[in-house]
Amino acid sequence: MRQWLLMLGLLASGLVSAADEPGRTPRPVIERAAQGAQCVAPAAEMRRNHMDLLKHQRDDTVRGGIRGAKYSLKDCIDCHASKTTGSVAKTQDNFCVACHSYAAVTIDCFECHSAKPRSVAQQGSK
Amino acid sequence: MDKPGFERMDSPDRTRSFWVLAAIGALVAAIGYGAAHTMESHGHVVTGMNNQIVWGLPHVFAIFMIVAASGVLNVASVGSVFGEPAYKPHAPLAGLVSLALLAGGLLVLMLDLGRPERVIVAATHYNFSSMFAWNVILYSGLTALVVVYLWTMFERRFNHLSRPAGLAVLVWRFVLTSGTGSIFGFLVARQAYQSALLAPLFIVLSLGWGLAVFLIAQAALHAWHARVVDAPVQRRMARLLGILVAAGLYFVAVHHLTNLYFARQGAFEAFILRDGGVHPLLFWAGYVLLGSAVPMALLLLPRFAGRGVLAASALVVLGAFAWLFVFIVGGQAFPLEIFPGHQVTSSFADGATAHYAPSLPEALLGLGGVAVAFLLTLVGAHVLDFMPREDLAATGH
Amino acid sequence: MTAATDKPESSSRRAWLGSAAGVAAAGLGGAMLAPGIRLVELAQAATPASTAGASPKVRWGLLIDTTKCAGGCTDCVSACNTENGLNGGTRATDAQWIRKVEIKQVRTGRSASLPVMCQHCAEPPCVDVCPTGASFKRADGIVLVDRHTCIGCRYCMMACPYKARSFVHEDLRDQKPDVPRGKGCVESCTLCVHRLDRGERTTACAEACTKAGHGAIVFGDLNDEASEIARRVREVSSTQLRADLSLDPGVRYHGI
Repeated sequence: MRQWLLMLGLLASGLVSAADEPGRTPRPVIERAAQGAQCVAPAAEMRRNHMDLLKHQRDDTVRGGIRGAKYSLKDCIDCHASKTTGSVAKTQDNFCVACHSYAAVTIDCFECHSAKPRSVAQQGSK
Repeated sequence: MDKPGFERMDSPDRTRSFWVLAAIGALVAAIGYGAAHTMESHGHVVTGMNNQIVWGLPHVFAIFMIVAASGVLNVASVGSVFGEPAYKPHAPLAGLVSLALLAGGLLVLMLDLGRPERVIVAATHYNFSSMFAWNVILYSGLTALVVVYLWTMFERRFNHLSRPAGLAVLVWRFVLTSGTGSIFGFLVARQAYQSALLAPLFIVLSLGWGLAVFLIAQAALHAWHARVVDAPVQRRMARLLGILVAAGLYFVAVHHLTNLYFARQGAFEAFILRDGGVHPLLFWAGYVLLGSAVPMALLLLPRFAGRGVLAASALVVLGAFAWLFVFIVGGQAFPLEIFPGHQVTSSFADGATAHYAPSLPEALLGLGGVAVAFLLTLVGAHVLDFMPREDLAATGH
Repeated sequence: MTAATDKPESSSRRAWLGSAAGVAAAGLGGAMLAPGIRLVELAQAATPASTAGASPKVRWGLLIDTTKCAGGCTDCVSACNTENGLNGGTRATDAQWIRKVEIKQVRTGRSASLPVMCQHCAEPPCVDVCPTGASFKRADGIVLVDRHTCIGCRYCMMACPYKARSFVHEDLRDQKPDVPRGKGCVESCTLCVHRLDRGERTTACAEACTKAGHGAIVFGDLNDEASEIARRVREVSSTQLRADLSLDPGVRYHGI
């Protein structure tokens, strides 16, 4: 009997913490996009699918030569780059890093891709 | 009195020495992994490899191990497929050493990649005109087949299947080692390669190198069990090694002599055989003299019968490393002939021989791979019985 | 659940569920105008941004006139480095996508100077040997490395007869947004594919050589009979490097 009560109590506390109590669960701090009124797809869809969308887009771009399409990475960066750092991956609250460090999912995109929008990168480069 | 084919594994001395040996092996393997991690996090700039010499010491280690892994199975094939009763009891150890060498060699290759975290990409994206893509399938397949082959030998009710399993292993490894030779043979760009002879050359070299490693492993295993290797079998294997070393030397000689006949290959052959500094030194002193002539004398001359087999095997392995270094690094050090008949200079070392100095991370990575192979053989031999299995010969399978 | 066993309140429950779903869908879809079409997509369709992509009708190539190429001049190399974000270093581990080569024929003593880069072969050995297919030939003849799939095995570097490829030996920073490149992958001249895809008609090296007044590099579509490069290769003799290998490079040289 006591074991059942204990399990029930644990379950209840689990459900309580799953509810949206502010301050109880840390959330990622995501900086809002500097430009643009609306992303190319709703946030919930992007959060779930952006990796597949980007993966498909990169083949179209690299192998097919199609640039500037709906899910172009450079276009993402143009809107989502931070106002302060000018990058999507420089500091903990920059757009990509915010969620990826929260979810502990390593990305290697920016080992090769510039994280800065085209206008900023051109000013700063040699 | 021990039953033939069954040994008590748990004597205190052997248990103690197992843990000491395992600790040494694990330490060297860990250092090797640390070297690989340095290479991955800092980039290949910490190695001696560069845009002129793209494959270096790790590849020498790795290719030796995977070629020997294929060749060591010859001991098993002579027994299982060709029905030679003296070799059959040794087939299980050959299988174990093969698996260990494969694991060690492939580990070194994978850790040397520019992006080792992408081996999963190599396992899921295949370009079937590439020998490397075929190798992913061939090497995994050989591993699986050898495991099955070992199983048919250890599981009494499957003993009758060891012959077909042995045959499958034989055919598979011939395709695989021809493929390893063809990695280089298919390269039309470099004068050191671009030859159909390289596939059979690698087959013959594999048989010699594999048997040399087997003789060393067999001696070590017997010493560990405080037993002596059966003398007639040792003599037969020693003589076979001598013949295989001679056959390897023959193929290398034919390759170089043919190249010497072509005017357009003359400068390259002069570089490898005379003018190239470390390369002719390693080729003549390392491979021809110490790696072939001296072992052949030790193994084939009657006055040395039965003695010096281990020394000869060790020298064959040394000669193999020397030959592979000249083949892999020397082949890249000689400049590409983009403008035949011209003297060429540029900022990218066109027309100039490249120099390669192996770095510590590369050596440690290679040794780490050897340590992994050692560790796997040690654990396998400790857990299961890999001493010569007289019962295998007795059953006629 | 069949209609016969429906309880009276189930129909109102279903109705509630249906309307709730509709509201949710409208909210999620961001104002569904019609099945599958949203405001955002309509807005994007009004300003088509994506390019058409590589066409198999085109074959990009270069014609290099070595008689106009001066020994010691590296304008094309500097332009390439600036365009692609290369550091211009010449250590053994530095990437060089294009390099100037000085040649002197041994028997006659005749000298020449010329740039060498990826030859963009029609039968590229680097594409044959790449285990993952990262090294590939695009529809318009440009040979590229897909760095998403490259595992850094360097087999293509062994296979290239022109030593065109470089391996990135260390971490890179401040890459050009149009030219992503990074540690552990292999790379080579891309014929400025990022420029071509957005409609520019020349590469950085050809543009720099022309602007400087040398005119040694002509870029264009070899398949277009009316293009300058096609006209020039019809008029003057030109060779391919290592033509004996039958790789059919897209880069041709005049004067050697």
